[in-house]
Amino acid sequence: MHIAEGFLPPAHAAGWAALALPFVAVGLGSIKRILRQHPERKPLLGVAGAYAFVLSALKLPSVTGSSSHPTGVGIGALLVGPAAMSVLGMVVLLFQALLLAHGGLSTLGANVISMAVVGPGVAFAVFRLLRSWSFPTAVFLSAALGNLATYLTTATQLALAFPDPHSGWIGAFAKFAGIYALTQVPLAVGEGVLSVLMVNVLLAHNAPQLRGLSEGGKLA
Amino acid sequence: MRMQNLSLLLVLVGLVSLSLWWPARQGADGFAGTDGQATEEIARLRPEYEPWIQPLWQPPGAEVESLLFAVQAALGAGLLGYFLGVMRERNKDAES
Repeated sequence: MHIAEGFLPPAHAAGWAALALPFVAVGLGSIKRILRQHPERKPLLGVAGAYAFVLSALKLPSVTGSSSHPTGVGIGALLVGPAAMSVLGMVVLLFQALLLAHGGLSTLGANVISMAVVGPGVAFAVFRLLRSWSFPTAVFLSAALGNLATYLTTATQLALAFPDPHSGWIGAFAKFAGIYALTQVPLAVGEGVLSVLMVNVLLAHNAPQLRGLSEGGKLA
Repeated sequence: MRMQNLSLLLVLVGLVSLSLWWPARQGADGFAGTDGQATEEIARLRPEYEPWIQPLWQPPGAEVESLLFAVQAALGAGLLGYFLGVMRERNKDAES
């Protein structure tokens, strides 16, 4: 989901950056609020950021013979809220753009939208929707669908910038989604499984900070 | 809970193993990254497109790149362990 440096035309790059800006601004406010109102949740912010940092460093093989990334932003969305994740996700993306030439500064806005806004947003919504029905399933599906949503967003962004000369942007979307989606399904399942594992560990050792996650109360 | 975690871990190992074994059996090799494939697709759709800005800095070679990815994972894992430990200790203090 890292659109490489320079691989969105300037107008598109600027548009996505402008769209990402308010999310990051709201995210900064949300982090400040967490630190002020719930100082005991400070380490949770660290856990959310560090988890995304680890997972997005892993390039995993998929049954399609390609490899791709988990995003690791789903759990953070449950722990500290999707708004805060837009900032933490951006930090991860900045690190990779500057040090690894993975993604880029010009495409940072577009990549923030896919990995740090849409992914956590979908993860949070799915979790909220399914939590009362089955907690582990909600955790699993929120991470898995958040991961897939990120990659479908990237495919949309590329299709809008590079429509197929014959079949328009729908044809281009089919091509880009074809590259990402199939490869991503097993990785999304993997990220879902790992998330359940991670939440189990968190609940076992850090229950007081997570009160609300499993009881249906409001988190962050 | 312990059994559930163990079986989840086994599912993960199985998933990665299957992903390594099955494509190789089908004759695929290399496990090309999807981000790179998307860039190639752009070149097919718009052959005249040139990236208008280059990365400020690029890792010189695959070896250095893998080093930096390892550094990222290590930093992340270290911080993750630290923050989990901080919470665990605080909760212990609160109990006692």
